[in-house]
Amino acid sequence: MTMIAGAVGRLVDHFESGLDAPICLTWELTYACNLACVHCLSSSGRRDPRELTTSECKALIDELQRLQVFYVNIGGGEPTVRGDFWELVEYATAHQVGVKFSTNGSRITDEVAARLAASDYVDVQVSIDGATAEINDAVRGRGSYATALRAMERLAAAGFVGFKLSVVITRQNAGQLDEFKALADRYRAQLRLTRLRPSGRGADVWDQLHPTAAQQRQVYDWLVAHGEEVLTGDSFFHLSAFGQPLPGLNLCGAGRVVCLIDPVGDVYACPFAIHDEFLAGNVRAPGGFARVWRDSELFLELRRPQSGGACASCGLFDKCRGGCMAAKFFTGLPVDGPDPECVLGHGERLLAARGDVPAPKPSIDMSRRTPRRTRAKVVSVAEVGPLPARPCDESPVAGVSIG
Amino acid sequence: MTATANVDLDQAWRLDRQVALRSEPFGALAYHFGTRRLSFLKSRVLLDVVKTLEQHSSAREACRAAGVGTDELPRYERALGSLAEAGMIRPKDER
Repeated sequence: MTMIAGAVGRLVDHFESGLDAPICLTWELTYACNLACVHCLSSSGRRDPRELTTSECKALIDELQRLQVFYVNIGGGEPTVRGDFWELVEYATAHQVGVKFSTNGSRITDEVAARLAASDYVDVQVSIDGATAEINDAVRGRGSYATALRAMERLAAAGFVGFKLSVVITRQNAGQLDEFKALADRYRAQLRLTRLRPSGRGADVWDQLHPTAAQQRQVYDWLVAHGEEVLTGDSFFHLSAFGQPLPGLNLCGAGRVVCLIDPVGDVYACPFAIHDEFLAGNVRAPGGFARVWRDSELFLELRRPQSGGACASCGLFDKCRGGCMAAKFFTGLPVDGPDPECVLGHGERLLAARGDVPAPKPSIDMSRRTPRRTRAKVVSVAEVGPLPARPCDESPVAGVSIG
Repeated sequence: MTATANVDLDQAWRLDRQVALRSEPFGALAYHFGTRRLSFLKSRVLLDVVKTLEQHSSAREACRAAGVGTDELPRYERALGSLAEAGMIRPKDER
């Protein structure tokens, strides 16, 4: 979700104390995936046999409709491998729940592209993590770049304007932002850039893949220069401490305006926090999703005023709000301290002092036990070259672009 | 989005057919399914104005009926202007 400037002011207080229902909800429909990206934040691969059934999914959609959740971000795993995927998309849109789904593109045939282009209520997000096959395939697996490009060609040919090209920024691709933009423009898509999180398998490769301090600065400058034409899912608010705030709410929405529902119906505070520590409940329990959202102890705790901890005395705290809870947790840093990518370097210093204490591991790991032929290799960093108003509180209305 | 555009308050307006409103303690969320844009209506009164626009012969009339005072009218004019700019509301006679 990206919010445009103009949304903050008093609204932030309302968001921090939680809304009656999420603005934006991520639903990982399956852990099954035909790729094995090294940084997969949900450690996907194999299907969980306890997955929600088709009728349970439909009951959940009915509930989201009652709560007026305007749209869901469907992901996985690769959601399109579920046999009932299109049935569920159709059911959701027929019940005023819009769908944006993430895909590696492998199931986007010409026929599917035409169907998607014809719907006002479905948006598609194709994932690519390198503007060249070499950089992408090192992370997402051999052939995955060509697959994603073919999907984008088909969507463009079908007349789908404004689908999303979604990129996780890494040390290896941080110098390719202009190329990504050009790629999105070529297919009349919109570029969406998000932050690499040390979540899921991402924890294993974060040290090698996360952008350097110098790259963080370049990313910030690039985002400032491109403003609202590029979506970020509000993921870089920790970089707002560099200067002017980036477009968006610039706060952690976990359990306040966002949450995650996983394939077995477990509800977590955010898509990057699949760990018992952030598990709020399950949609199969009495009271369903609404009770979890409204009454879970974890969510109520997250909505209480946060102290800021070690960051409270920092002059930049108002801008970065201490950064990303999940990024701190999975790198073994205290959640009330600085973000591992704190622009002042406080996180880096803490990481260096952390020593060999193991960071928490995700509670769920559906990675395939035997690596497939397509499984990506951990990137060799040596192969990669050098890297190239305050919102108006007066107006009674403010707007955002969803992303 | 900045509240630059003004609406003609003497014209009749309506909510776009693809927009859904959700009440919240601070006012409301308005979501446009076509543009996938979300707007925050930062007061309950504005929500009342937007909800009842279509029933009135002019935006000015809708504001008055919702209890917007004369001194507050310019703020509401700007708010409706930004909603119009975002495609959330449209002139009633527009095809």
